[in-house]
Amino acid sequence: MRPFTTLHGLVAPLDRANVDTDAIIPKQFLKSIQRTGFGPNAFDEWRYLNHGEPGMDNAKRPLNPDFVLNQPRYQGASVLLARDNFGCGSSREHAPWALEDYGFRALIAPSFADIFYNNCFKNGLLPIVLPADTVDRLFRETFAHEGYRLTIDLAAQTITTPAGEIIAFEVDGERKHRLLNGLDDIALTLQYTDEIKAYESRRKVEAPWLFV
Amino acid sequence: MQPRTLYDKLWDDHVVHVAPDGTTLLYIDRHLVHEVTSPQAFDGLRLHGRMPWRVASVLATPDHNVPTLDRTAGIADPVSRTQVETLDANCREFGLDEFRMDDRRQGIVHVIGPEQGFTQPGVTLVCGDSHTSTHGAFAALAFGIGTSEVEHVLATQCLWQKKSKTLLVRVDGRLGPGVTAKDLVLAVIGRIGTAGGTGYAIEFAGEAVRALSMEGRMTICNMAIEAGARAGMVAVDDTTIAYLRGRPRAPKGELWDRAVAYWRTLVSDPGARFDRVVELDAAAILPQVTWGTSPEMVAPVDARVPHPDEAPDAVRKADWQRALHYMGLEPGTAIADIAVDKVFIGSCTNSRIEDLREAAAVARGRRVADNVRLAMVVPGSGLVKAQAEAEGLDRVFRDAGFEWREPGCSMCLAMNADRLEPGERCASTSNRNFEGRQGQGGRTHLVSPAMAAAAAVHGHFVDVREVLS
Repeated sequence: MRPFTTLHGLVAPLDRANVDTDAIIPKQFLKSIQRTGFGPNAFDEWRYLNHGEPGMDNAKRPLNPDFVLNQPRYQGASVLLARDNFGCGSSREHAPWALEDYGFRALIAPSFADIFYNNCFKNGLLPIVLPADTVDRLFRETFAHEGYRLTIDLAAQTITTPAGEIIAFEVDGERKHRLLNGLDDIALTLQYTDEIKAYESRRKVEAPWLFV
Repeated sequence: MQPRTLYDKLWDDHVVHVAPDGTTLLYIDRHLVHEVTSPQAFDGLRLHGRMPWRVASVLATPDHNVPTLDRTAGIADPVSRTQVETLDANCREFGLDEFRMDDRRQGIVHVIGPEQGFTQPGVTLVCGDSHTSTHGAFAALAFGIGTSEVEHVLATQCLWQKKSKTLLVRVDGRLGPGVTAKDLVLAVIGRIGTAGGTGYAIEFAGEAVRALSMEGRMTICNMAIEAGARAGMVAVDDTTIAYLRGRPRAPKGELWDRAVAYWRTLVSDPGARFDRVVELDAAAILPQVTWGTSPEMVAPVDARVPHPDEAPDAVRKADWQRALHYMGLEPGTAIADIAVDKVFIGSCTNSRIEDLREAAAVARGRRVADNVRLAMVVPGSGLVKAQAEAEGLDRVFRDAGFEWREPGCSMCLAMNADRLEPGERCASTSNRNFEGRQGQGGRTHLVSPAMAAAAAVHGHFVDVREVLS
């Protein structure tokens, strides 16, 4: 996993609540057995004017000029600003894969759906929860100033605005440690092999029917 | 000892290790695997030369991509076919138990787990699918995970988790005739919203929940995720134990007795503290119909489509406007005046035998309305299908003009050939009315099986209680 340390990135505003993972990456693209290449189909139904299917040349498809991420001023954005309950719905990890592949490294919203939030950390994406009024203000500033960029420092747990204002955010210690260092979860867990085996031995006595 | 909630008990029994910040390594007893969210996980195992920790903890089946019409010719779409064949190959390579597409036990993961007795009280159960919350109906701690975690569970039999807060949803009183578990859970979502359960594990309790069959309990736990909660659960009682007795993978003999003694402890202790409590009166719940593009956009069948000006805040007002535009609905339209083009009875929410019986009771002796282009019934598993056929339900549906299909996820998410065309309106017993969920431009209204059947025979939404009376 790519580590996340600091980011100085262009902000794109997606001003709607309850953006679900079906919207982030529609089901037809879930048929891929790969982990990469989902970026061109991120937000497919909002982003293009025609229906997308796997295997199409996306560069030749007509873009929806009304979709915010298609506006020239937001090209190259790496910070996505969103509203409440972002990433709700299906557990598909293809959603963070698509966002990461598109170029996003950090997401800011008043709340995220639990499974999506968790999946982000497995893929070098930093989801940041901020109070709704702070997010509101960031939306206003992003709309008002073309080229609006934020600096995100995971170690310090801060966001710095172009005006120099510093906004603190919360993140669990374990998640932060793993994301900062790009650690492989499974290798870490296997360091606890003896404890897992001890648990199993105990449980086989307490609840033997689970191991039949 | 402090009184504990059911969730506390399930959690405590699975703790392997606790990190300084409270993040916990939790042991996972059961793992359901399907074709969509697993191929990259198996690739990860191969890449690192890892093997599954405990193959007996896994049960796999293809469900999302499988055709619901004639299967003898296999899957026509080559991309779907590759995904299903990849699951077959991975299960063969790693020695995992799989009900393949031609197995009569094949079906939707969340239907076959309970049906086989693979799902049991007191287990932790995961699957790369958000509707894994279904299995909480058995007093199990069950939740959906992403593909990285699928790989993690395969390799280590554990997951790193933070403990959730607890939310008690207590539904007192009795549901009226014609009002079902689906209406109950839609009413809960309408009350607390799709993010109301975020960060919580929900326990459903109260007289109305106790009165539900296991099928009904699975329906409400299934949709806990639509209220934002990764896990929903119901305490063990006689209904739970009666359902499990004699299932192929349920404990046998002396182990059954020991298991039952343990299962009986899986209830919240009197006086256990919940972080939040929501109370509903079952008698006040009417048949529900969603009108928008989020499950929280729901109303009783006798209501009208709301006006965006009634929305509680500016963000939601914009959401309602967008939803009504997408759904092609005018504010103030009576729900009962909304005509449907298609009807889908199925999905992990409502494809079990009781669901099919409720729908058949409405369809019996009636005909699908002329304006309905397709009304389809997709059983949740091969065994549900066989049971329904033994009861003659397939004849009831066919005689009424419904199509009777092979089991799978089907038009709940339209990964196979079953889908809505742009602008088509569907009465669906599934769980998500998101934009494009059942096909790009498709318009989904979530309802109970009985309400879906009633919409099919009338061509528009109608209060099923009037149809049945």
